[in-house]
Amino acid sequence: MIRHLLSGGDLDAATATQILDTAAEMATVAGREVKKLPALRGRTVVNLFYEDSTRTRISFEAAAKRLSADVINFSAKGSSVAKGESLKDTALTLQAMGADAVVVRHPASGAAHRLANWVDGSVVNAGDGTHEHPTQALLDAYTMRARLGRLAGLSVAVVGDVLHSRVARSNVLLLSTLGAKVTLVGPPTLIPVDIAQALAPGTGVCYDLDTVLPTSDVVMMLRVQRERMNDSYFPSAREYARRYGLDGPRMRRLPEHAIVMHPGPMNRGMEITPEVADSPRSTIVEQVANGVSVRMAVLYLLLGGNNS
Amino acid sequence: MTAYLVKGVSVVGAAPTDLLIRDGVVAEVGADLAADGATVLDATGLVALPGLVDLHTHLREPGREDAETVESGSRAAALGGYTAVCAMANTSPVADTAGVVEQVWRLGREAGLVDVQPIGAVTVGLAGERLAELGAMADSAARVRIFSDDGHCVADPKLMRRALEYVKAFDGIIAQHAEEPRLTEGAQMHEGEVSTRLGLTGWPAVAEEAIIARDVLLAEHVGSRLHVCHVSTAGSVEVLRHAKARGVRVTAEVTPHHLLLTDERAETYDPVYKVNPPLRTGADVAALRAALADGVIDIIATDHAPHAVEDKECEWAYARPGMLGLETALSIALDVLGPEWDLIAERMSRTPARIAGLEGHGLDPAPGVPANLTLVDPAARRVIEPAELASRSRNTPYARMTLPGRIVATFLRGEPTVLDGKAVK
Repeated sequence: MIRHLLSGGDLDAATATQILDTAAEMATVAGREVKKLPALRGRTVVNLFYEDSTRTRISFEAAAKRLSADVINFSAKGSSVAKGESLKDTALTLQAMGADAVVVRHPASGAAHRLANWVDGSVVNAGDGTHEHPTQALLDAYTMRARLGRLAGLSVAVVGDVLHSRVARSNVLLLSTLGAKVTLVGPPTLIPVDIAQALAPGTGVCYDLDTVLPTSDVVMMLRVQRERMNDSYFPSAREYARRYGLDGPRMRRLPEHAIVMHPGPMNRGMEITPEVADSPRSTIVEQVANGVSVRMAVLYLLLGGNNS
Repeated sequence: MTAYLVKGVSVVGAAPTDLLIRDGVVAEVGADLAADGATVLDATGLVALPGLVDLHTHLREPGREDAETVESGSRAAALGGYTAVCAMANTSPVADTAGVVEQVWRLGREAGLVDVQPIGAVTVGLAGERLAELGAMADSAARVRIFSDDGHCVADPKLMRRALEYVKAFDGIIAQHAEEPRLTEGAQMHEGEVSTRLGLTGWPAVAEEAIIARDVLLAEHVGSRLHVCHVSTAGSVEVLRHAKARGVRVTAEVTPHHLLLTDERAETYDPVYKVNPPLRTGADVAALRAALADGVIDIIATDHAPHAVEDKECEWAYARPGMLGLETALSIALDVLGPEWDLIAERMSRTPARIAGLEGHGLDPAPGVPANLTLVDPAARRVIEPAELASRSRNTPYARMTLPGRIVATFLRGEPTVLDGKAVK
C-alpha cells in the first residue's frame, strides 16, 4: 500500500480497485445498528482544514470515527494558523502530538505534498487549491461502479470549470487508470489546451455539451463559481447555464442508463437544474454516503489496518 | 599594496603565461617574469578571465538584511569571480532617490569586495505611476546609468516611452522586467502541461514576449537604449532577433537558471524552484542557449535573489520568487557553453561592463589594465552545498548538484578578494 494519498495518479489499477473493494465492505457497516469497527483503535487522525469545507471534514471525521480512531479537528480559524504559524510549524506540532494520519484541505496547490515532507504519518489530500482531491475521485468511481457495474469502457463527461477544478484533475487521472474514457466539456476558457497531455493522453475535450450527451454513461457536473464571469471566463451566468448547464431536455438526451453526478455543493440553476439534481438519475446523495465508505477504506489501508 | 605574480596562467584560454599584478594594475604579461618581491601564485592549469560583471543582483539592503546585505552579497559575488555587480532597486525603501542609491553605493565601497553599482528605480516606489528622479540619481555619487523597476514591469506604454526618452540626456538605459501584468495575475509557474497538471496558475510566455515586442518598437521609435532582463522564452529570442536585425539598440540577458533548469522542477512543489520569470520548457532552454551562443542574447546575468528560509519553506503559492546565483553562475556557464573562454568573457564580463558603462571592468588582463580579474580552475568539480555558500540565504536550486569549475582567486584593482577559493575578508 502507498504511504500517502496525494494524487489520483498515485494509484495504480490494482490499488485503486483494492480501495473500492474495501470501501464496499466498509459500506456494510453503515447499514448496521452499531456503525463502528475497532480497526484503528488507538490511532490518531488529524483533520487539518485551512478552508471551510464542512461536508468533506465531517465525511472524513465520520470515516475515522467508524474505524474507532481518535480524531482531532484542526481548523485554520481559532487556531495558531490565524496568528500566522507556518504550515511547516503546524506540521511539526502535529508530528509531536503523534498524528498517524493527517487529512489536509488547503487553498494552495501542492500543500499536501509539502506537508508529506514534514510529517512521518500518512497524508491524505482532501483538496489542495486547484490541484487534486483524490478521495472525491475514488468516491465518484465507487458510485459509478455501484450504479453501472463497471468502470472499464465507461464514457464519462466531466462538464464545467476544469481549469480550476481539483475534482476534475483527480477524476481524469483515476478514471483513466481504471479504463474509463473521460471527455472534458466546457467553454475553451475553462479547459487548458494541454490537459490531455498533462494528465492522461486518452482524455477527450469537447466544447459542445449536446454533442457528448447521447454517448455518455456518466455526466459529472462541476461547480462553477459565479465570480468566474467577472474574470471574463464567460459572459454571464445565464449564458453559461444555456450552453453548459444540465437541464431536463438535455438530460433526456442521455442514454436510458446514464447517471448524473455532482461533487457538491451545487449551484442549482447554474450548472444543474433542480429537475436534474432531484431526478432518479442523480447520484448526488449516494455520493455523499459513498464518501464515508471510501474514506474509511483509504484510512484503513493507509494506516495498515489490514496488517494489525 | 602587495604585488602578485600569477605563474603559468592561461589568459582567456590562450597559452600559459605569467601575470604581474602591482599597484592595482596588470603591470606585466609574459613568460618567466621575475617575482621581484611579489607573492607568487602557481596558476598552472588555471584560466584568467576579466573579472565578471553582473548586471542583475539583488543585495536586499536596505530592508531585508536578514536575507542578504551589501557585504554578504559582495562576498558571494567575489567568490563567484565577480568584480562588479549592479544592485537592483527593489529594496525597502526602494532605490528611487539619490539618497538610497548613494547609501547602497557607499555600503559597497565599505565592503570593498566588488564594485557595487546601484540601479535606480524607473518609477516612484516601483509603482509604475510616475517617474522617479532619474536625473538626480544619475548626478549622485552613485552615478546611476541603469534604471529598472525589476520585479515589476513598467507596463504603462506611455510611461515606458517617457522613461526611454528621458534617460538619453545622461546616456542611461532602461532595464525592463518584461511581464504584462494583466496576463500574469496570480501566476505561479510557466503556463503549460506541467502547470495544468499541478494546478498552479500559469505565467504564459506571451506575457513576456508581448512586452518585449512593444518595448523594442518604442526604443526604435525614440532611438533609446533598452535592456531586457532575464529573457526566458524561445519566442522572446525571436522578437529580439528581429529587433536587432532592424538595428534597434536593445541588449538582453539570460540567467543561469533559465539556461539549465525547466518547469518540471516544480513537480516537487518545492518553492526553491519558484522564480520570476518562471522556469520554462526544454525547448525554451535550447533556444536560450543557442541565442547566447549566437549573440541575440548579449549577456548572462544572475538575478541573484536571496530569500529568508521562511519565505521559501512554505506552500508554493505563498513563497517569494527568486534564486541565488552569484556563486554558481560561472560553473553553469561552463556547463552550458563548455570551455569557450572568449565567449564566457564576452557574455559575463566585457559586454555587461560595456552595457553598464563600468570603467575599468570587462577588460582582458593586459599591461596597464586595472587588475580586475578572476582565476578559474576548469578541471575542478564541486558539489553545491547550500550551507557553504557565502550568501546569507540558502535558496539555491543547485543543492547537491555537481558542477564544473571553481573560482580560485579574484582580484579587485590588484587586491585579492578571494585567494585559494576563500574570501579574503
